[in-house]
Amino acid sequence: MPVYSEKVMEHFMNPRNVGEIENPDGVGEVGNPVCGDMMTFYIKVKDNRLEDIKFKTFGCGAAIAVSSMVSEMAKGKTLDEAMKITPRAVADELKGLPKQKFHCSNLGAQALNKAIKDYLDKKKGGGKK
Amino acid sequence: MRKVYLDNAATTPLLPEVREAMLPFLGEAFGNPSCLHDWGDIAREAMEHARDQVAQLIGADAEEIIFTASGTESNNFAVKGLALAQQNKGKHVVVSAIEHFSVLHSARTLEKWGFELSLVPVDRYGMVNPDDVRKNVRKDTVLVSIMHANGEVGTIEPIKEIAKVTREKGVVFHTDAVATAGTIPADVKELGVDALSLAGNQFYGPKGVGVLWVRKGVRIMPFLDGGVQEGGRRAGTENIPAIVGLGKAAELARINMASRIEHLTQLRNRLLTELPSKIKHVVVTGHPQDRLPGHASFCVEFIEGEAMLMLLNSQGVAVTSGSACTSRALKASHVLIAMGLSHALAQGSLLFSFGLDNTSEDVDYVLEVLASVADRLRQMSPLYAKFTKTGKGGT
Repeated sequence: MPVYSEKVMEHFMNPRNVGEIENPDGVGEVGNPVCGDMMTFYIKVKDNRLEDIKFKTFGCGAAIAVSSMVSEMAKGKTLDEAMKITPRAVADELKGLPKQKFHCSNLGAQALNKAIKDYLDKKKGGGKK
Repeated sequence: MRKVYLDNAATTPLLPEVREAMLPFLGEAFGNPSCLHDWGDIAREAMEHARDQVAQLIGADAEEIIFTASGTESNNFAVKGLALAQQNKGKHVVVSAIEHFSVLHSARTLEKWGFELSLVPVDRYGMVNPDDVRKNVRKDTVLVSIMHANGEVGTIEPIKEIAKVTREKGVVFHTDAVATAGTIPADVKELGVDALSLAGNQFYGPKGVGVLWVRKGVRIMPFLDGGVQEGGRRAGTENIPAIVGLGKAAELARINMASRIEHLTQLRNRLLTELPSKIKHVVVTGHPQDRLPGHASFCVEFIEGEAMLMLLNSQGVAVTSGSACTSRALKASHVLIAMGLSHALAQGSLLFSFGLDNTSEDVDYVLEVLASVADRLRQMSPLYAKFTKTGKGGT
């Protein structure tokens, strides 16, 4: 087994917010199977806050734990606050990640950012919400 | 919780008889076999007995057996040592694309030293075609190295047929038999090879000991310089406890090989047939018939190997995977990619390698546990979601 912290193992074994959101306000997909991991984040926004977040992840234990942690950290936050969640902050919350797995925490933060940008783009374009 | 060890390709446990044979040499029989006194004599006699036991296992002469510290050392020694000893003849070597890294990276090192390297491809079962070896052998080829069987996908290579090609061309032929020697017959005369590597921890012997067999008359450049141990071909005080253990393990492997093969093949066949019918979208990797007796390997679609490994381990099941995420280098298995599998599919690689202690109940347990693990991870997988919605992305 890779050397994962208890926190990583806990999130991997009991991931929070797994799933999809029907009619999401934003979707962010990052990664590809060649690099090893793929994450899709779905968000629901209300009053400029992340009312709900769900994710689906194809990847290793770290990728799944990172997705779970990002979703937990971002839920309820304003969009600005959520955009400021850094890969380092995610890794820290997980009590560290093995060096070669750090890119997983990048992916998590990226996927969330992409979902928020998707929402903002749609808002700009369509004027819905 | 039930504990099921299915990673015998990584290492086998030590048999009690082997441990017993080793114990005196971790105690009062501590002598150095190079010494000319009673302590030395006892160690030397034990070592030469082990040499005979290994020679019998592979149908060789005892004096052709060189003890090393691992299969990796044997492969390094063979590839570099056999090529360097012949560099006046030519500087071209041929290896297959699915060799163990100890062969592949040794060949890459030879490239840095001015040799040229040709890689022989494999088909989708991981099988080398002897004609492809023929096509790659040139006038300046000094070494061909093709593994006897691949430990990742279990495929047994047509070594005898390849040996016909190398003999006809007059090229030295080494085979990495780490996955086969002590498990299936690997008789050097039968195979027709010139050099063969094996390792003790693959057939219930200790770790840290291997063998390189080199046919009498074939020249090899010594790998470790120093004293005249191992006929001056491999210096360093011999690891007597491990060598004695390897010898005992070789003897037991030779005597019990047929019954072991029967036991392992039964378990492996059950998993090979029942797993793909129990879990949808599972692909068998490696050759369906020409494969190692205890070896069943698969790719489970839409999910990743390390995550499967972790969940299986939490249920007491030990297996291994060739996924990018499980490798320290974060690269998918070069074996699966050489066989033409997509990176996504290779990510779902799982390897089950049975051992003597495994039972049919272990197979039942693993089938049940893996079905729930695969289901759980697929519920999380965006690839699986896409597949169920669009029908695209599967094989």
